[in-house]
Amino acid sequence: MQIDLRTVAIKPLRNTFDHLVERFGDKPASRYQEGSYNIQQESIFHYRPAWDADNVLFDKKRTKIQMKDWYALKDPRQYYYGSYTITRARQQDAAESSFEMIEDRGLAELVPADLKQMALDVLVPMRHVEWGGNMGNSYITAYGYGTVITQPCLYHAMDHLGVAQYLTRIGLVLDGPEALDTAKEAWMSGAMWQPMRRHVENLLVLQDWFEIFVAQNLVLEGLLNPMLYDYLDAEFSAKGATAISMMTRFMAEWSAETAKWVDAQIKVAAAESAENKAQLSAWVTQYRAETLDALAPIAKRSFGDKADELLADLTSEFNARCAKLGLAV
Amino acid sequence: MSTVFIAFQTNEDTRPIVESILADNPGSVLDEQPAMVKINAEGSLVIKRESIEERIGRDFDLQELQINLITISGHLDEDDDTFTLSWKN
Repeated sequence: MQIDLRTVAIKPLRNTFDHLVERFGDKPASRYQEGSYNIQQESIFHYRPAWDADNVLFDKKRTKIQMKDWYALKDPRQYYYGSYTITRARQQDAAESSFEMIEDRGLAELVPADLKQMALDVLVPMRHVEWGGNMGNSYITAYGYGTVITQPCLYHAMDHLGVAQYLTRIGLVLDGPEALDTAKEAWMSGAMWQPMRRHVENLLVLQDWFEIFVAQNLVLEGLLNPMLYDYLDAEFSAKGATAISMMTRFMAEWSAETAKWVDAQIKVAAAESAENKAQLSAWVTQYRAETLDALAPIAKRSFGDKADELLADLTSEFNARCAKLGLAV
Repeated sequence: MSTVFIAFQTNEDTRPIVESILADNPGSVLDEQPAMVKINAEGSLVIKRESIEERIGRDFDLQELQINLITISGHLDEDDDTFTLSWKN
């Protein structure tokens, strides 16, 4: 008996969901598109929230920034739940193995005492700053408009908690549980931390979600992360505290990655209209000054005499970055 | 001139790859078959890492092509940034 095999090509009747056909046409969509585009709820809301009767539940008016199409603020990393968790899990594994090696070989004991103290004084209290970053980005997720921006903000909020946990572990590895109490004490009443604490607390009470995005994700992180994970990290490595660099490895990678995402948002929002550009530039100018004031004592502790010079370098790098994004600052 | 071609499995991973190949090689022709996409081109066909990265939003190693690769024809010239098929002689 002879059997002939025949291939039958079955053409799908539809390639994707209707809400994506509206935007991209009837072609297969990526997972990122499926989970991000045209799914912001726009109508058929329940009654207006009693705590904010002027706005509907998801309202475009909650920020001064206006966009014709909020979906223009897309994430260049194309993170949706799956790709985000896979990426972070991989980074977590790498970080975990660094910590394991440091603990197994007792590398923390080889860190020179002055650098160990520096890490305990500067890095560990930073966990409270990260918590502020978590709150700010969670606020954006709750009150922002447009799934393509609120989604990565939630991821960013979770990343801040992750960073806070790594900073906590640095304290545990270098010293022990007391390190966390000491850091909390420094955060609450140490003179060096009060300007930063004031700044972080001021960001907690902002109402305009895009303002938080600029103040937190662009300005504060744009100045703080390079200072800690670039300049200070280089100091640690150069002076024989490679173990600390190994423990901040995730933060260095993460801040470079998220800066690209933040840049893409600001660039698109600024290019949208002259009003947006003026508003964003005004926010940057305002928060840059406040952030630099807050960073000054921390930079002084970290870099001593070189602190002013370093802050000037950081500021000029930051200004160049903003200029590239089309802001006038 | 002879034709070079490359064929991939049709799936979520190869869609952006196929898209970037078609964009980078204006003369190339897409041949969709059940569960397979074949791209034919006259003379040569180039795959650029940069254009794939642009579409998928992450770093891409050209060796990842091999996961979904079915077959190729042509002489292969491969480096970190490009994957080129051609008939040189």
